[in-house]
Amino acid sequence: MSLKTHQLLQKKKKNILELWMKNQLADEGLREDLISNDELRSQSEELVDALVSNLSSQNFTDLNSDEWSPVIEILGGIAITRARQGFSPRETGNFVFSLKEALLEVLQQEIVNDPQHLFSESLKINRLMDNLSVVTFETFIKGREEVILRQTDEIAEISTPVIRVWDGILALPIIGTLDSARTQIVMENLLQEIVETGSSIAILDISGVPAVDSLVAQHLIKTVSATRLMGAECIISGIRPEIAQTVVHLGIDLSNIITKATLASALSHSFKLMKLEVRKSTPIAKF
Amino acid sequence: MVLSLSKDTVQVLKEQDVVFLKNRVKEVAVKIKMGLVNQTRLLTAASELVRNMMRYANGGVCQIEVVSSGRNNGVRLIFTDKGPGIPDITAAMRDGFSTGKSLGLGLPGTKRLVNEFDIKSKVGEGTTVTIIKWANG
Repeated sequence: MSLKTHQLLQKKKKNILELWMKNQLADEGLREDLISNDELRSQSEELVDALVSNLSSQNFTDLNSDEWSPVIEILGGIAITRARQGFSPRETGNFVFSLKEALLEVLQQEIVNDPQHLFSESLKINRLMDNLSVVTFETFIKGREEVILRQTDEIAEISTPVIRVWDGILALPIIGTLDSARTQIVMENLLQEIVETGSSIAILDISGVPAVDSLVAQHLIKTVSATRLMGAECIISGIRPEIAQTVVHLGIDLSNIITKATLASALSHSFKLMKLEVRKSTPIAKF
Repeated sequence: MVLSLSKDTVQVLKEQDVVFLKNRVKEVAVKIKMGLVNQTRLLTAASELVRNMMRYANGGVCQIEVVSSGRNNGVRLIFTDKGPGIPDITAAMRDGFSTGKSLGLGLPGTKRLVNEFDIKSKVGEGTTVTIIKWANG
């Protein structure tokens, strides 16, 4: 009676690793520039170890069983580090596929006289390894998505700077669409900055907002009300002609808010409110 | 007689799709040489409707069409959702009416922004809003 496949593979662990390493090193797509051979070897060894020691006759086709979680964890770790190192998903996929080849090769050497058995066992290994390579793809995509989410957060953070344009005057240029989440950030930053700098005037510049619909208008009105509650005046600037027409058509009432076409006119209005004067300097007469 | 020249559908399911949809609408509007003011009106209208769709129906589908009638070209947008529907359309079309704490200008405002506006809704089945904005109208 021959050994069960999983026992066979466990016995042949050393062979599998050697064969796999040989395949990987011989492969044209070997990326020595991204990963050293020693590191590749230790990665491979770790994976083969986990894979083979967790093999049992029952879990061969069921990737959901708990016994696979260490393997999936290791594989996920490898996929993520590889994604960071700059491997393409295809290369990471090939990493797993070449292990499959090694496994199949060992199987072929061991099961000699029983093609039917060889076929059915190969099929199982195929299924298992395909499942594992899907795991690497999933992890890869998840890693990418995390990067995108982090960037989204970063954009949200840097896209709402509060600028001190004058002593007591803050300006806040808004670029892009104002949604609820961004309005929240804008409002928080603005109110915080008003307290910290003791400013009495805030200018919201919406030159970079492509369209003002009723929700954006509502957010603007809320921001202005909150600023007023803090005892500061809020001016909205950067209202382009087409935006003005749209707002009128929509029927939004912004008449309680000071609005200006440009940041410059908003600034000069704030100077007036603060009773400041900007003058051309008269040259000092020489005697 | 309104002829449809090209058709394109955009699924709107999450917040990011809204920006994508607006960009597509803008592309189409620029292609038929719509003026800047009309472009902004169309975009604002689209923005209102897509926000309604996200808020009350958890998303839906928008069909973007280039239409032509005589020598006039325009953009037709059809927003379809499978949300709760609007029980009283007459009330919903009134300025200041809102079931969701907003300004209540979305639907009536949109009607003022576009050339043709049509809304059909069945409670429990969903809502379809069709708007047309002509390039020079």
